[in-house]
Amino acid sequence: MAKTHVSTIINGEPVEFLCEPQQTLLDVLRDELGLTGSKEGCSSGDCGACTVICDGNMVCSCLMLGAEAEGRSITTVEGVAQGDHLHPVQQKFLEHAALQCGFCTPGFIVAAKALLDENKNPTEEETRYWLAGNLCRCTGYDKIVRAVLDAAAVMRAEAAE
Amino acid sequence: MSYLDKDALKVVGTRPIRPDGVDKVTGRANFGADMTMPGMLWGKIKRSPHAHARIVSINTDKALTLPGVKAVTTRADFPDIPPEKRVLGAAPANLWDLSRNCMAKGKVLYEGHAVAAVAAVSPAIAEQALDLIEVEYEVLPHIMDVEAAMAPDAPILHDDIFTAGIEPRPTKPSNIAKVVRFAKGDVEAGFREADVIIERRYTTKPVHQAYIEPHACLVSVAPDGQTTIWSSSQGQFMVRGYTSRIVGADIANIRAIPAEIGGGFGGKTIVYLEPLAYMLSKKSGRPVKMVMNREEVFRATGPTSGAVVEVKIGAKKDGRITAAQTVLKYQSGAFPGSPVQQGCICGLAVYDLPNALTIGYDVLCNRPKVAAYRAPGAPIGSFGVESAMDELAHELGIDPLKLREINGAKNGTKAAHGPTWVNIGYQQTLEATKAHAHLKTSLGPNQGRGIASGYWHNAGGESSAACHVNEDGTVTVTEGHPDIGGSRASMAMMVAEVLGVPFETVRPVVGDTTAIGFSASTGGSRVTFAGGMAVTQAAQKVVEELKKRAAITWDISPDAVEWKDGKAYPAGANAGSFEPLDLTAIAGKSARTGGPISAEVQINAQGQGPGFATHICDVEVDKETGQVKILRYTAIQDVGRAIHPSYVEGQMQGGVAQGVGWALNEEYIYDKDGKLENPGFLDYRVPVASDMPMIETVMVEVPNPRHPFGARGVGEVPIVPPMAAVANAIADAIGVRLRDLPMSPPRVLAALDQVEPMRQAAE
Amino acid sequence: MPNLSFTAPTTVDEAVRMLAGGAGLAKPLSGGTDLLVQLRSGRMRPEAIVDIKRIPGLIGIREEAGEFVIGAATPGVMLSAHKAFEHAWPGIVEGADLIGSQQIQGRASLAGNLCNASPAADSVPAMIAARATCVIAGPNGRRTAPVEAIVIGPGRTSLEKGEFIVEFHVPKPKPHQSDAYLRFIPRTEMDIAVVGCGVNVTLDGNGVCTDARVVLGAVAPTQVIVEDAAKALIGHRLDEITNAALDAAAQRACKPITDKRGTIEYRTKVAGVLARRAAKLAFERAGAR
Repeated sequence: MAKTHVSTIINGEPVEFLCEPQQTLLDVLRDELGLTGSKEGCSSGDCGACTVICDGNMVCSCLMLGAEAEGRSITTVEGVAQGDHLHPVQQKFLEHAALQCGFCTPGFIVAAKALLDENKNPTEEETRYWLAGNLCRCTGYDKIVRAVLDAAAVMRAEAAE
Repeated sequence: MSYLDKDALKVVGTRPIRPDGVDKVTGRANFGADMTMPGMLWGKIKRSPHAHARIVSINTDKALTLPGVKAVTTRADFPDIPPEKRVLGAAPANLWDLSRNCMAKGKVLYEGHAVAAVAAVSPAIAEQALDLIEVEYEVLPHIMDVEAAMAPDAPILHDDIFTAGIEPRPTKPSNIAKVVRFAKGDVEAGFREADVIIERRYTTKPVHQAYIEPHACLVSVAPDGQTTIWSSSQGQFMVRGYTSRIVGADIANIRAIPAEIGGGFGGKTIVYLEPLAYMLSKKSGRPVKMVMNREEVFRATGPTSGAVVEVKIGAKKDGRITAAQTVLKYQSGAFPGSPVQQGCICGLAVYDLPNALTIGYDVLCNRPKVAAYRAPGAPIGSFGVESAMDELAHELGIDPLKLREINGAKNGTKAAHGPTWVNIGYQQTLEATKAHAHLKTSLGPNQGRGIASGYWHNAGGESSAACHVNEDGTVTVTEGHPDIGGSRASMAMMVAEVLGVPFETVRPVVGDTTAIGFSASTGGSRVTFAGGMAVTQAAQKVVEELKKRAAITWDISPDAVEWKDGKAYPAGANAGSFEPLDLTAIAGKSARTGGPISAEVQINAQGQGPGFATHICDVEVDKETGQVKILRYTAIQDVGRAIHPSYVEGQMQGGVAQGVGWALNEEYIYDKDGKLENPGFLDYRVPVASDMPMIETVMVEVPNPRHPFGARGVGEVPIVPPMAAVANAIADAIGVRLRDLPMSPPRVLAALDQVEPMRQAAE
Repeated sequence: MPNLSFTAPTTVDEAVRMLAGGAGLAKPLSGGTDLLVQLRSGRMRPEAIVDIKRIPGLIGIREEAGEFVIGAATPGVMLSAHKAFEHAWPGIVEGADLIGSQQIQGRASLAGNLCNASPAADSVPAMIAARATCVIAGPNGRRTAPVEAIVIGPGRTSLEKGEFIVEFHVPKPKPHQSDAYLRFIPRTEMDIAVVGCGVNVTLDGNGVCTDARVVLGAVAPTQVIVEDAAKALIGHRLDEITNAALDAAAQRACKPITDKRGTIEYRTKVAGVLARRAAKLAFERAGAR
């Protein structure tokens, strides 16, 4: 089966890869590019562990073909922190103990970042509905929601400075 | 030495950032499926499409000729395990059953049962090869329902299983693998004394642990048998031991490396993939990676039992219970071993019962073999008992919380299953419940409030720990338990407390099976208790060694040195006058005072201390659609001592959310052929973020004196009360009692439809 | 999938050629949120996947000749971000917005939701209720069809080989016209509709209904236009008697099945409930205009 050559941008860096037609973006990230931060929990778009941002929209990388990435710009969990400077969402997840096993965490981090990129001051309800596509079985969501709301507050304060 | 005085603690009880946290928020942490090896192959499993069938033949020839396929394995490659080798150490699993669960022998016993596996150069080729494996089946009648499976004429799963626990030993094989029974006093006499008797029947459906990380492993077997297993599990020593027996290898030849684990909740306390990957690697000579997809996780890994729970409770008008009896029938799935015994114990353990009887049936059926799920068995029995208590309270006209105060277990109470309680905190959870602001808020129309309690006995057992003082004065602590929810943090905190050093200077590591002594699995809420005891003892030994080294430096007796706030001091004026030596100073000179400073400890921890909890739940019911919304939830629990309070709260909140899912929407749905209809997160409905409110927590601290810091297990008891708390709240909201889980919208609406006409007629 | 091909044409004609060209199954790919699941599970084994998103106009919303024209592959997030469209047809946006999670919204399209041909598709009832049409390109050129003509049964559409939907046309609402879509799911998010109901009403200045369309989802093999429900509304205000007639008409129109998501009895009863609740919303919205 003929492989497709794809040129794309991942976490700000130009990347080229070859992929088979049925390979998802998640397959490519994990198995071809060694970016294993995005997790595979269901392969059906129901758990959100593979969430990435594609041209500004968050998507499940398990529901996008690798070949579709041609010319797009993708942000994965590996691209959320700037060097050794954690994103406020990451910092607040740590401070609020918003993770237990940590497997769903990359998807939540990306989804929360996408939320705060779009909405600087989300309510608890908006946050919960935005994150409804990210399953967490450990935390009961309480500390995750608190972490995201706190990160939003920090980002608002930083923006006001 | 103990550290029970909370006021004297500097690190324990604070909320530092977990040592493995940055890895997990940046995507660096490596879970089961994240590892690769050069030359690695991909393994996939051929599974049974039938619920019950005899395997007539398996032909793998075509699959083997597909280019890219490097190995195929079937049952023929796996050894039979003789009776004397079916149990390993103190581990509970029957390894012969487990072996046949990993790879069917003779018969498939549930849809999804593994019959063959292939390894190929890509996942796509491995998938293709599965289609080329030809399996001929003779389909047999299957049995799914627990009571139908108990009937004398039911299709029998195993013709060599005769009901254990009854005398005389039966002569006919049965699907009832075991009967358990606990009794105290005389229940018949107790029921005769009662003014009111409640007798009810409750049912629950199988529910899955639904950890988000599917099972995954990478196994490399060298030609000389030296083996590396990288896998996600609740115990690297479990993986090593179980795999060794199932494949017929020596334990010493296997090095099991614990990957980060993406949730387990009991479901990863056994193996599914590792023996198959081992066999494929052995046959192909290459490393083999196997990763389940979500469908496989649902079809072939452990849910917990669906069950029937019959409860009878008698009480005097003043609320004193005179007798209680439960009969529990639990599905075990394809092999014996449901958690029915724990269900029998835990349901009644909350109360001081003069007369009690509980009988449990462990029942085989054509479903995946159940696996442990958070407080295995307890939530099922307790759903019945705690619902019946609410019904009793209603019948007696006594407040449900008051009824629990009257009958609740206290220190000195002899539990129905035998032990006499010491140092338990159940009554304290009731006091905290009574005092909580939640109970003082008012409710609107179609809203209701329920309370329920729960008990879990927690576990101790075998743990190893090592504490190494590094040359620069930092400390490495190695534990033998996979960190499933933040235990690295609590281990490092206890060590930092004992050594008197900052938390940040202690680096915790989960060791592989060659790096640390044997440790039982992460499960039974045992790690902070038993693992914590081990690391504390290791740190205490290090302190003794540090004192010795200071003594050598000062040329005084070690008895004349005391360790305080991370420094060695001369113990009083007689010891001499020396500048204190801190850990860094002593570590820097350790080569001159006797060499490296380390301690390793192995223990079999006892005295874990039981856990009790009481929950309050408010719901609102949409009477036109039957939908139940959780409005407010408060979990109150005796946690002994919260080492890292945030992670204790997290355990409580997580348990509640799982319990709410169990209560409202989670269930296995099978068609008439015994095929699972909802093997995915779309229709197996775990709670999502928008389903839940914030979950308030109250940590009652009744220290467990058997642990140096007073800790008791905290992870499991919070899943015990929620189902009854929700059911009791629904009953309060709409006046209708739901006794069958899940209390999904169609069930709630059907229940309302039944009573509404009666109610209207009455009006 | 040894022979699967992937192409991403940039013109409609090219896409038609690729979809019509081979002997085997060829699938247009827009959001892929259903297609990729089916591909992964092996339920669908196409020979060619044709990504239509790089064709100009296939993504985006424009207003022309008194209509909204929505590119077939426009993802949900763009639909809900389009203020004029959301204002015009809140019910359609509600329906599209209910398809899956925010992640799914980043990809899922109206055409995909329609052509997946699930009776439970959330965006379809309100589109039918709004009398939306679609433009279909195929080997014989372009044709227009009402949305309700596309799905002919679960998983089956009236599209011929080589045909795919290019765009949707939705008329602009008349004065005092508005819509609503409600669905019932067991959780608050992430489920497939057990019942869905789109209601589109036009009122006169006194709040009396002059035109209505009520469409149910997930209660029959395809979406159901409930004529009796529209009749129950037209000529009436939304009072108790009208509501009862609407509820009864909706229930009568149901021919559901019992499956893992709901029983016949449950679906039927909830269809009536949702019809009432969606009508209430639609009347309020229309009245406020």
